Amino acid sequence: MKYTVQIVGVGGQGVLLASMVLGNAAMNMGYRVAMSEVHGMAQRGGSVLSTLRFGDDVISPLEAVGSADMIMGFEPAETCRNIHLGNSDTVVLMNLDPVLPSMVAAGFEEYPDVGGLVDSVKRVNGNVVTIDATKIAIEAGKAVAANAVMIGAVAAMKGFPIPKDVLLDALVSQVPEKFRDLNIRAFEMGFSSLQ
Amino acid sequence: MSNLLSDGGRQLLLGNEAIVRGLIEAGTGFASTYPGTPSSEIGNILEKISGDAGMYFEFSTNEKVALEVSAAAASSGVRSFAFMKHVGLNVASDPLMTLSYAGVRGGMLILSADDPSAHSSQNEQDNRYYSTLALIPMMEPSTPQEAKDMVAEAYRVSEELTLPLLYRTTTRVNHARGVVEFSERSEPVTKGHFDRDVVRFVNIPAHAKVNRNRLLNLYAKAAEMSEESPLNFVEGSGDIGIITSGVSYTYVREFTSGASVFKLGFTNPLPEKRLAEFIRGKRYVIVVEELEPFLEDQVLRICAQNGLDVPVYGKRSGHLPRAWEFSPDTLTAIRDLVSVQEFREPLPRSEVKLPSRPPTLCAGCPHRGLYAATKRAVGSRDVVYCSDIGCYTLGVQPPFQTADFIICMGGGAGAAGGFAASTDQKAIAFMGDSTFFHAGVPPLVNALFNDHRIVMVILDNRTTAMTGHQPNPGTGREFGGITTESIDIEKLVRGIGVRFVEKVNPYDVKAATKVMRDAVDFDGVAVVISECPCPLELKKRKMLEPKVCVVDQDRCIQCSACVKNIACPALVKREDRIEVDETQCIGCRMCASVCPREAIEVRR
Repeated sequence: MKYTVQIVGVGGQGVLLASMVLGNAAMNMGYRVAMSEVHGMAQRGGSVLSTLRFGDDVISPLEAVGSADMIMGFEPAETCRNIHLGNSDTVVLMNLDPVLPSMVAAGFEEYPDVGGLVDSVKRVNGNVVTIDATKIAIEAGKAVAANAVMIGAVAAMKGFPIPKDVLLDALVSQVPEKFRDLNIRAFEMGFSSLQ
Repeated sequence: MSNLLSDGGRQLLLGNEAIVRGLIEAGTGFASTYPGTPSSEIGNILEKISGDAGMYFEFSTNEKVALEVSAAAASSGVRSFAFMKHVGLNVASDPLMTLSYAGVRGGMLILSADDPSAHSSQNEQDNRYYSTLALIPMMEPSTPQEAKDMVAEAYRVSEELTLPLLYRTTTRVNHARGVVEFSERSEPVTKGHFDRDVVRFVNIPAHAKVNRNRLLNLYAKAAEMSEESPLNFVEGSGDIGIITSGVSYTYVREFTSGASVFKLGFTNPLPEKRLAEFIRGKRYVIVVEELEPFLEDQVLRICAQNGLDVPVYGKRSGHLPRAWEFSPDTLTAIRDLVSVQEFREPLPRSEVKLPSRPPTLCAGCPHRGLYAATKRAVGSRDVVYCSDIGCYTLGVQPPFQTADFIICMGGGAGAAGGFAASTDQKAIAFMGDSTFFHAGVPPLVNALFNDHRIVMVILDNRTTAMTGHQPNPGTGREFGGITTESIDIEKLVRGIGVRFVEKVNPYDVKAATKVMRDAVDFDGVAVVISECPCPLELKKRKMLEPKVCVVDQDRCIQCSACVKNIACPALVKREDRIEVDETQCIGCRMCASVCPREAIEVRR
């Protein structure tokens, strides 16, 4: 068994935390783990891609284009931008909350209609699951818990090989004590939103 | 969080974290760096834990000094570690070339973190050539586990040879993450004694000639050690051979089959005898390596010298690219030569027009204000904007476009002098505080000395921001039990005789514009110090006062002056209305200072 998750989003959205949680969960399952992260520019609002691979005999930190088993998209335009990392069988988790690039905010470029972005992904892939992670996170207590919502949702995705309780344990061990309850709540709500 | 000081166990570590653990297990007593991606996290971690690890660590002024201080420690018997990004080794190459003549006593590793695909660099140079240029041994790990394990072996080899060793990594090793099994820690030795040996350590011409032979003899011994090294090994069998190293090995290992693979970890000098033995009888060999044909050219030579008539495929044969980093996909280029796993057909790229999302200056970044002021001050005048290496490089983007010429650390100011002397254009050099201390003082002195009438703007944001907020001489030091005072840039600049020196607050764009106008008009060397702490660092340290800007829609005339001049990500244009994104805004008032109607106010 080998499994690859391509985690895409924007610097500051918690892509690195999510990849750490998934990676630790995979390690705790006894899998070999190889990951690749984007550092440095991440804090400057650019596109961020983190690759997580685990299973038997995994050693390469990168995956071939098209070979992702899952695309975990924190931001709709970034999910679209990276859709070629997957194939027709890839499961796609797509957060619907846009982060406007500075050129869009300043009115120099336009941000496409989110519905249109979802349609364009659904046209080529039949396994798209959309989620409003920020909205759920606000219901759970705070918008910043959107990444915990996303991780909870991953646990509910079709064919994801790591059980929910292992993911939750890994999440709890990665977040500060005082945000523990918030993250658990957000995780559970993310999970049940996909049920 | 990872705990790199624990006694044992296994953790999911970044390559750079694994290297730090390697230092702790090897008992490294001394480490130095100038921060540079992809090696920066090593310094950030050592800043936090070197004290508890019992190791001396410093952020040096630049890579040259970093190499020199570590060289001195190793010459005194202390295991040392100088680390930097690939272009940093260019800066440190002067001491490196003669350090190999003198050699070391305690082990010394020089980590060069190369950046194929130039993810965060100005070029993708292949620093493996420094090992052949300086005649020093080199090792290259492939995975985080190896990045840790190889450190101890590298120190053993360095000490046996009495030579510094080039520990060469690439982005996909430094920023890879994997499960790392820990070994035992060793107690670091932080103090040694320098025993005089004038012939070795004083390379006057007569001694250099002696040491040149010493070095060549040691280099020959290194070649023997490479032949014996367990870091060089063969996996699999068959009449097709693959020779590889570094992260490329992981792609070969996982995605090809049916070939015999020679995995090289000790990559200079190469184990020539073993390679010849490996190649003999093969139908052909393929060399899989990123960037230049460093291994491949040597393999071709080894074939020629050993009378081996075996075809060698790689870059010289046109199969594999020289530019940009490899990935598993790259192997499809050698599908005719070896069995490569079939990859899935990728989904077509989205037909929706997506907005670009390049990295950008943060909301409230003071560089925005200074650039806006400069643009206003310059107007239609013919100028050359010489920029430098740091966050402020991002001024290359609209609406600022305040970067016409960038080459290297400190290079902008040097070039500005050249533009001043060879054109009639006004040259304006931008440089960060850390870059100023790194390589900005000599070109400023040069401008004074040779009467280059340049404007030098020091963007002093009180940190080394781009690489993750390391301290620099302008901030002083406060870690590892050592406290030093900051060095005052203004005093330094005045001290060397600059007559036009002005300090500005870049958040006050109007005032900064006036100063920039005076500086551009000044007939001599002008220095403007734009002083304002990096808000991202203040946020990290929880020192950012919570306040936001608010647009009074009744006063706003939708002229977009704020958006056009500052282009802050916290300003959002919705239809014609300008609004503030409160999740991003830090209430710096930069936008307010360019508003002609005073329609933007700060709310606490």
